[in-house]
Amino acid sequence: MSQHSAAESGVNIDVKFFASLREQVGVAELQINATNLAALLKELKTHLSDVGFDHLLSPNIRLAVNQNLVEGDWREAALVFAAGDEVAFLPPVTGG
Amino acid sequence: MGQQIQIQQQDFSVDAIYTAMRLEYGSDIGAIASFVGLVRDRNAVAGDGGDVQTLTLEHYPGMTEKSIQQILDHAEARWPLIATHVVHRVGTMAPSEQIVLVMVASAHRDAAFAGAQYVMDCLKTEAVFWKNEQSDLGQGWVESTNADKIRAKRWDD
Repeated sequence: MSQHSAAESGVNIDVKFFASLREQVGVAELQINATNLAALLKELKTHLSDVGFDHLLSPNIRLAVNQNLVEGDWREAALVFAAGDEVAFLPPVTGG
Repeated sequence: MGQQIQIQQQDFSVDAIYTAMRLEYGSDIGAIASFVGLVRDRNAVAGDGGDVQTLTLEHYPGMTEKSIQQILDHAEARWPLIATHVVHRVGTMAPSEQIVLVMVASAHRDAAFAGAQYVMDCLKTEAVFWKNEQSDLGQGWVESTNADKIRAKRWDD
């Protein structure tokens, strides 16, 4: 009964941006249709400005999937997403 | 072993938390060490000379609590702790306000002192918070410092 047959080729995930990164990309949250990391980055490139997208890839940005940090370099990780997954881009933390 | 983690906008009473900890754990406790971090008016954002008027803390609800829980788990694995309690405020605060509390109870002082210091060092480098300073010259995100990373690293062994 899906009225969005195009969406069946992928899954919707929630993408979040925090703090300085949120300001650089200009948005706090996006719903993106992507089943893996490569597809997610491709989609984000079309949704964000070139400058904003470049900030995501800078070396100190970390990635969390469903609130778990991706170990090692997430850019090299074979990430596969399921519907409703929460993917967050995190700048270096400064608490305490 | 009791862990308590509170992320909240409102201020906290060290006295109330200390009293509750003593009541709950009674005479098992031989030592309680606590640390309170306060908002300074000294600017940390490079290139900006203004005094800090307000400091705003952002967090990632859910993940922030989890990151603190991991720190407390590591502390418990390392020292014989009876109770740990962390309060971290979020939102906007003025200089001299309380921002963070770490309180650690143990049978003996060595574990209490070391545990509290370890938790605080890790809060600086691993807990999921971001600081934004506002001064008369504008606003800016505080960058993580190498000094904090080195302080946390000394616990790696």
